[in-house]
Amino acid sequence: MPTGTEPDKTEDQTVTGTLARPVTAETLPKVRGSLPRWAIGAFLVGSLVLVGAALAVVGFSVGLWVVLSAILFAVVTYATSRVVEGGRKATDRLVTVVVTGAFLLAMIPLISVLFTVISQGWARFDLQFFNSSMRGVVGEGGGALHAIQGTLIITALAAVMSIPVGVLTAVYLVEYGNNSRLARAITFFVDVMTGIPSIVAGLFAYALFSLLLGPGVRLGVVGAVALTVLMIPIVVRATEEMLKIVPNELREASYALGVPKWRTILKIVVPTTAGGIATGIMLAIARVIGETAPLLVTVGTALGVNLNPFDGRMATLPVFAYYSYAVPGVPREPFIDRAWSAALVLMLIVMVLNIVARLISRVFAPKTR
Amino acid sequence: MKTKRRAPRARLAAIGVATSCALFVAGCGAANEGGGGGADSGISGTISGAGASSQQAAMQAWIAGFTGANSGATVNYDPVGSGGGRTQFIQGGQIAFAGSDAYLKDEQLAQARQRCGGQVIEVPNYISPIAAVYKLDGVQNLNLSPATIAGLFKGDIKTWNDPKVAADNPGVALPATTVTPVHRSDESGTTENFTDFMNKAAPSVWTAEGDGEWPVPGGEAAQGTSGVVGAVGQGNGTIGYADASQAGQLSKANLKLGDQNVAPTAEAAAKILEESKRVEGQGPTSFAFDLNRTSTGGAYPIVLASYLIACPQYPDQAQADTVKAFLSYVVSEQGQQAAAQAAGSAPLSAALRGQITPVIDQIKVGG
Amino acid sequence: MTTTEVKPEPKAAKPVEQLGDRIFAGSAKGAGILILVVLAGVAAFLLAESLPAITDSGSELPEGLTAYIAPLVFGTVVSAVIALVIATPLAVAVALFISHYAPRRLAQTLSYIVDLLAAVPSIVYGLWGIGVLAPATVGFLEWLNTYLGWIPLFAGPPSVTGRTMLVVGVVLAVMIMPIITAVAREVFLQAPKLHEEAALALGATRWEMIRLAVLPFGRSGIISGAMLGLGRALGETMAVAIVLSGTGVVTFNLISSENPLTIAGNIALQFPEASGLTVNILIASGLVLFVITLLVNMLARYIVERRRDFSGAN
Repeated sequence: MPTGTEPDKTEDQTVTGTLARPVTAETLPKVRGSLPRWAIGAFLVGSLVLVGAALAVVGFSVGLWVVLSAILFAVVTYATSRVVEGGRKATDRLVTVVVTGAFLLAMIPLISVLFTVISQGWARFDLQFFNSSMRGVVGEGGGALHAIQGTLIITALAAVMSIPVGVLTAVYLVEYGNNSRLARAITFFVDVMTGIPSIVAGLFAYALFSLLLGPGVRLGVVGAVALTVLMIPIVVRATEEMLKIVPNELREASYALGVPKWRTILKIVVPTTAGGIATGIMLAIARVIGETAPLLVTVGTALGVNLNPFDGRMATLPVFAYYSYAVPGVPREPFIDRAWSAALVLMLIVMVLNIVARLISRVFAPKTR
Repeated sequence: MKTKRRAPRARLAAIGVATSCALFVAGCGAANEGGGGGADSGISGTISGAGASSQQAAMQAWIAGFTGANSGATVNYDPVGSGGGRTQFIQGGQIAFAGSDAYLKDEQLAQARQRCGGQVIEVPNYISPIAAVYKLDGVQNLNLSPATIAGLFKGDIKTWNDPKVAADNPGVALPATTVTPVHRSDESGTTENFTDFMNKAAPSVWTAEGDGEWPVPGGEAAQGTSGVVGAVGQGNGTIGYADASQAGQLSKANLKLGDQNVAPTAEAAAKILEESKRVEGQGPTSFAFDLNRTSTGGAYPIVLASYLIACPQYPDQAQADTVKAFLSYVVSEQGQQAAAQAAGSAPLSAALRGQITPVIDQIKVGG
Repeated sequence: MTTTEVKPEPKAAKPVEQLGDRIFAGSAKGAGILILVVLAGVAAFLLAESLPAITDSGSELPEGLTAYIAPLVFGTVVSAVIALVIATPLAVAVALFISHYAPRRLAQTLSYIVDLLAAVPSIVYGLWGIGVLAPATVGFLEWLNTYLGWIPLFAGPPSVTGRTMLVVGVVLAVMIMPIITAVAREVFLQAPKLHEEAALALGATRWEMIRLAVLPFGRSGIISGAMLGLGRALGETMAVAIVLSGTGVVTFNLISSENPLTIAGNIALQFPEASGLTVNILIASGLVLFVITLLVNMLARYIVERRRDFSGAN
């Protein structure tokens, strides 16, 4: 904050002036005064009460109350701190208020999303939803077992295809690439790949398999290929970042012991960052597991369980949720409820994946402590 | 629902078991999928269809009813949209039948004939009234003439107390709320039928021809029937069009035709096919209709007629049998009633069913 | 095979070469090349499929392909820019809060929640946008129009359903914020502890420490996170298709019922009913989107490369 630096001059001078003396806790200059601990809390409560009272007169609204209180609080804190503690400290306090405020503001929609999904999804979050498919179901009842299994199978297939390719590519870029022309090309085109719109990936996978198996093909594996196209660049990027962090000293120590390069990578470099790589991979999976558009055009949907990704249509959770919402029957409610429950299950799967990633990283991480 | 009242803890435990079941993917089958080997009937094929999403709810009911009686058979329907369904059907092989909000035309008809090796079966299987739905605080049971509807959707009528609306509704206190017309943002058979109706019934106001894509600028756009219903419901002074069965809490306008006010009911919609002419040149196995939009005989003319497209012969015995049995069920009285319940569609008349059934009965195996 | 394995500087230790090494190096290189092949396949597919639309002489689109795609490009850019402008500052603040302000235990929980939100399927954001956010903004849009209507952005008339470009921008912002936050948080946490402690030891306040030691270090991370988010916002399909009331106009008016559509949203809306040449036209628009994201990525790389020399740390 440029404005905050101007009045600092005097303080800076006092600091340099005191440097001649031995620096101990007693001799360090006090930053003028300092606000008592309770002051910030008091300001906050005071702002809320004041603004609340003012609004009670002209007409109350929660949004306005919070916003105006926050502004008043920031101003009062800055002003008092500036008088009592000086400009630098005041700026620091202001930034703290702004950062915390921005954080709280950002949390509102995110919490709202979570709350909406959980509260709406809870209506059909029952046993039947997990042990039934939609085969033979009209209106109420039914479940998403077929969609859950389909999502898990297709995502697992995509993971099996993209993780080796992605991690190996990252290894190439960091350990072997040496900034060669090929490495730079790969880095750039991986970036380009992150920008492939998901529906384009779906259309590409569909066109590819149409060439091989004839037009109109709908298979689980086609969806998995589409997801792989979307997933590879995320895996590469995450792994690359993590591999770069591994200190060169580790590699060199390993080489010095006569360990060949590939064993060094497999035994030293990758395990050191296994936690980070696992997190990156799980984020990549989480990112593609909720894709709807590519699955619409590649896998289609089915009413019953189909566990074979190489034979026929499969249901998946995002597509299930989408169709339940988009083309409901009469009455609408059971369909909409199922859509929300499917969304909730999808989020829970992602949550479980996250926990698994953390556990994996804990197991693989080198025991440093 | 009983399950809703279950104690939360028991519910969680059950879900835990079921989740671990679902996670070990192949571990357990779905509770509702019995292992009947087709003992109750000879039908044991697996067929897939794709096409109009308008039919989806009805199709679920048909598939449920059909596979309930023939537990060995499996039918899948992919609501990819009419255009996608027709394209996939023409490409052949993967899907046995298509659902389409419009009958096959020109080039596509020729291509479909090529796929089937001869004639193409087209039967209207899903007739649904499209209602003009609106939300206007304090006003219900509006009657709207075709010209007024066209004016509202075109943006000519800007407020609800416009003289034209008032003329259709004598004695109703209309507010000065701004009119916000809501149309579909995706291309759809619903839009095509609705615009075709306005073009035929009020040609002086609505000059654009019937089109699956909304042809005039302005207004609000929403995705799918769900989107339109949602958007109309969120606003005030909003008017949109949607399958009558999907209107939910929204008011449905009666259509003012001459001095009659016709409500968008299934019965009134069913009458329209009887007043409509079969399209010439589609072949003897095709029951394509040019809908009569200017009916004044108490029929409701804003109707979506969706077709099933199939072949008279299939290379595979099981496939031919399954398609034949499934289509027969769909157009049967029982099947039409099931759809009426699950999707609010208008059942086919007995006379039309009588014409269609013999054609379906001739589906056979062959080159 | 590049046999010139000479490192630019002499290494203290040299790895032992083995057969396994060559196999491993080869497969790593192969994986990289495979990616290039896949991407070439995607590009070839896009080009081949959009060629009929490009060469078509107006049988499907009388006013031409460019006139069809231009409003879509406009809508795509506007929605993504709104999303980025809202999301980036907030995401940086959240990342800073997690990395440098929040107590450690709270920070761990928060980062977990953020990771989770980064993975919420876009259809959920779509349903949330149309079910919760859009209705909630109707009053706010009217307020904007009443008091700020003189700004062309808020010219109105305000939508009565809230399904406007501004709201879509906010939905996209909410969607990409966790992504940017996740990336920014990681780089903030990796800011050299020595620099931070040195700054604090010199008497810097927390903000000064962040400004001097953390932000310069994290700048490229913020940019690449923002670009990752921008990529997702540009290509978002379902959320836009569900929420936006798109009528294909070109306007900067963000709060009315009539909005430009986005490329991805338009594909999702029109693809189901498309057949024949319409499919080619939609894929051609997909190609344009592909090129836009490519340009964005090139720009991001360029900025990151250029800034690298100036960054205070590392």
